Amino acid sequence: MNACGMRCRVMSLVMALASGALFGAGLLVSGMTQPDKVRGFLDLTAWDPSLAFVMGGALVTYAVISRVILARRGDPWFDIKFHLPTRRDLDLPLIVGSALFGVGWGLAGACPGPGIVAAASGNGGALLFVGSMLVGMWMFSRTSRS
Amino acid sequence: MSSWAYALAGGVMIGVAAALLLLTHGRIAGISGIAGGLLSATTRDRSWRVAFLGGLLIAGLIGGLLAPAAVGGASAPLAIAGGLLVGFGARYGSGCTSGHGVCGLSRLSRRSLVAVAVFMSTGAIAATLRGVLS
Repeated sequence: MNACGMRCRVMSLVMALASGALFGAGLLVSGMTQPDKVRGFLDLTAWDPSLAFVMGGALVTYAVISRVILARRGDPWFDIKFHLPTRRDLDLPLIVGSALFGVGWGLAGACPGPGIVAAASGNGGALLFVGSMLVGMWMFSRTSRS
Repeated sequence: MSSWAYALAGGVMIGVAAALLLLTHGRIAGISGIAGGLLSATTRDRSWRVAFLGGLLIAGLIGGLLAPAAVGGASAPLAIAGGLLVGFGARYGSGCTSGHGVCGLSRLSRRSLVAVAVFMSTGAIAATLRGVLS
C-alpha cells in the first residue's frame, strides 16, 4: 500500500463507516435488534429457530467472500497487512468468558452489535444494556493485564 | 416476507459488511473487539474503529426512525445484568457472536467453535430458565 494522503484517509474512514452502517442495517433487517426474537431463539421451551438463518446467512456469505479476498490479495486496501487472529489454543478464559457472555445474551436478548444499534435508536433498555456492557468491558480491563 | 427470509437477508448483509471491513481494513468484524479496542489506552488504531461504530450508530438512528418496531430493549434489571455479563464475558472470552460466530467459524477456528458451542449452550440455559421463571 502506498502512502495514504488526505483523500485516501477520508476514503478509508468512509469505507469503515459504510461497513458499520451495512452491518447495522443487516442487524435491523434480521431481527437481532429485537430481544424478544433473540430470547425466542435461545428459549428451548418456546423455540423460534428463524434466527439461525442470521448466523447461517452471515457465516456462509462471509466464508465465501473472505476466502476470495484472502486468496487474491496480500494486503487490504487501506492497511499494510491483514489483522487475523493467530491463537489456536483452548484455554479457561475462552470457555469461562464465552459462558458468561452466553448468560448475558440469554438474559438480555442482546449482544454488542445489536445492543449498540438499538441504543442508537434511543431505546431505553438498549441504552442501559450498552452502558452496562461498557462497564463490564471496563471491569475486565481492570482485572487483566492484557 | 416471513421472518426466516428477513433473518437470511439480514444475515447476508452482515456477511457482506464484515467482508467489506476485511477487504478495506483487514480487520475482523467482531463488535466486542472493535469497541473493546477503543476502551484500551494502548490502542493506536482508533479511527477505523470510531468510523465503524459510527456506522452502527447511524444505522440505529435511521432504523429507529424508519422502523421502530425493529428495535427493542430488555427490562432494566435484565438489561443491566445482561450487559455486564456480555461486556465482561466477550472481552474475557476474546469475542462475541460476530467475532467468533461469523468470522471465527468461517475460518473453522477451533477456538471459535468452542466459544460458540459454549455461549449458545449457556445462552439457551439462561433464556429458558428466564422463560420458565417469569
